[in-house]
Amino acid sequence: MNRRWKDGLLLGLIYLAAFFSVLLLAGIIVYVFARGFRSVSWSFLTSVTSALQGTTGIAGNIVNTLYIVALTLLIATPVGVGSAIWLNEYAGKSRWVRLIEFTTETLAGIPSIIYGLFGMVFFGTVLHLGYSILTGALTLTLMVLPLITRNTQEALRSVSDAYRTGAIGMGAAKWYMIRTILIPSAMPGIITGVILAVGRIVGESAALLFTAGSGYLLPKPGTGLLHKILESGGTLTIQLYLSMSKAQYDVAFGIAVVLLVIVLLINLLTKLLAGKLDVSARH
Amino acid sequence: MERMQVRSTYERKKRSVCAVERAAQAIFTVCAFFAVLAVASITLYMIAGGMPAFLKVGIREILFSTVWKPTAEKPSYGILYIILTSIVGTAFAILIGVPIALLTAVFLAEVAPRRLAAVVKPAVELLAGIPSVIYGLLGIMILNPLMYRWERALFAGSETHQFTGGANLLSAVIVLAIMILPTVINISESALRALPPQLKASSLALGASPVQTIFRVLIPAAKPGIITAIVLGVGRAVGEAMAISLVSGSSVNLPLPFSSVRFLTTAIVSEMGYASGTHRQVLFTIGLVLFAFIMIVNILLNSILKKGDDGHE
Repeated sequence: MNRRWKDGLLLGLIYLAAFFSVLLLAGIIVYVFARGFRSVSWSFLTSVTSALQGTTGIAGNIVNTLYIVALTLLIATPVGVGSAIWLNEYAGKSRWVRLIEFTTETLAGIPSIIYGLFGMVFFGTVLHLGYSILTGALTLTLMVLPLITRNTQEALRSVSDAYRTGAIGMGAAKWYMIRTILIPSAMPGIITGVILAVGRIVGESAALLFTAGSGYLLPKPGTGLLHKILESGGTLTIQLYLSMSKAQYDVAFGIAVVLLVIVLLINLLTKLLAGKLDVSARH
Repeated sequence: MERMQVRSTYERKKRSVCAVERAAQAIFTVCAFFAVLAVASITLYMIAGGMPAFLKVGIREILFSTVWKPTAEKPSYGILYIILTSIVGTAFAILIGVPIALLTAVFLAEVAPRRLAAVVKPAVELLAGIPSVIYGLLGIMILNPLMYRWERALFAGSETHQFTGGANLLSAVIVLAIMILPTVINISESALRALPPQLKASSLALGASPVQTIFRVLIPAAKPGIITAIVLGVGRAVGEAMAISLVSGSSVNLPLPFSSVRFLTTAIVSEMGYASGTHRQVLFTIGLVLFAFIMIVNILLNSILKKGDDGHE
C-alpha cells in the first residue's frame, strides 16, 4: 500500500514536470501575443523610427537582421561543410581529429558574450571594422560554425559506405565523388544545420551588442546597399533589448511577436526537413 | 605521333585532376583547422585583454575585494561579489531546473503515451528556440512585479533593506532555471533512451514496479549522460547574459535572494557601453574569469565523455 502511494506520487510529479514545460511555452506565446499584437501593424514593419515623421517602426532592424543572417551563412556554411568533409572523408584516424572535434565542442560551449568581447576587440579594433554589420557577421560565423559542422558530419556519417566504394571503384576521383554523390546525399542534413544556424543568429543578442552596434536606419539605395555592410546595424533582438531598457514596452512586445513568429516558422521548417531526412535514410 | 599526343593529353588531364584533388583536400584541411584557430585566438585575446588589469590593479585587489566602485574618485575594482553571484545564481538555477528537467526527460523517454509525447517534445524544442531577450522581457514584466510584492511583504518593517523594485537574484535564478530546461531535458532523455532494454526488462521481471525501475535502475544507469546534461546546463547558465541583465538589478551586492545583483555576464553587458580606461580593462578581466569558468566546464565535459567512451569499449 505504501509503495503504491509512493509510486503514484512520483508518477504525478513526472506528469507535473512535463506539463510545466508545455504550460510555460503556451503561457509565453499567449502573453507575448496578447501584449504585442496591437503594436504590430503594416507601418510598424515597414517604417523606421523617426521623431521627425512621428513613426515607430522596425524596418531597419529587419533589414539588418537579414544582412547579418545572409553574410554569416555565406562565410560559415562553406567553412563548416568543408570542415565536416575533412573530418569525415579525409582525416581517417588522424589524431588531429580529436583536437578539431574538441575545439568545435568548445566553440559550441563558449557563451555569446565572450564572442561579443572577442569580436569587438579582434574584428572591431584590430581589423578596424568598428561597429559594423561585417564585424557582427564575422563574430557570429565563429559561433554558428559548430552547428553546421556537426549537422553536416552527422549527415555524411549516415551516407552508406556502398556509395563511396561504388564511386571510387568505378574510377571516380575523391573530390568528384564528394561533389556529385556525398554532398547531394547529405544535403538535408546540411540544410538542417543552416536553418538551425539561422535560428541561432536571429535570436542572438549578447554577441552583437558590441560588434554590430545598434543602428536602425535603412541602407541607402545603390552603392549604399553594399556600404551598409560597413555600417552599424542592430538586429531585431538588439532593438528589443534597447527598447526594454528604455521602458518602451509596446515596441518591445511588438518585436517579440515578430521574433516568435520567426522562431515558430524555423521550427516548422526543421520538422519538415527532418521528416525528409528520415525518408532518405530509409532507402 | 598521334599516339603520343593522345597520351600527353591523357597525362595532362590526369595531372589536372590530381591538382584539383590536391587543392580540394588542402581547402578542406584549412576549413577543419579553422575551429582550432578560432579557439586559440579567442583564448589568446581573452588572456591578453584580461591580464593588464590584473597587473595594474593587482590580482588580490580584483578577485578578493568586494567593493565595486569603478567610476568613483578613488576607484575600487573588487569583483568578488560578482563572481559569487554567478556561482550562487547558477547553483540555484541548477537546483531548481534539473529536477524538473530530469522528470520531464523521464516522462518523454519512459512514461509518456505517444500522443502526449508528441505535444511535450516539440514544446521543449520551442522553448530552446525562444531568444533570450524575450525571456528577459517576460522576466521584467511578470517576475519583477511579483518579486516586488513579496519583497514589500517580507521586508515591511526593515530599515536596512534596500528595495529593488523586484529586480533581484531570485528573479534571475528563475529565468535561468527555465532557460536550462531544454538542454538538460534533451541530453538526459537521449541518455535514458540509450540504455539497453534488458535493463528495464530484468528489473520489471524481478518484481519492481515501473516507477521503482525508473528511479532505482534507469536513472542510476543513465548517470553519466545525466551528469553531462547538468554540466551543459551549468555552462548555459553561467554564460547567459541578456535574459538576466535587466531582471537581476543593477548594483553589485552580496548574492542574497532579494538583493539587486550583478553577474559576470551582466556586468560586462551593462557597463561595457560607457566604460573606459582601467574600468574597461577590468571588464575584460571579468570576461577572462567567465572564460576560465567555461573552459573548466568544457574540460570537465570532455573528460566525462571520454570516460563514457572507455566504459563502452
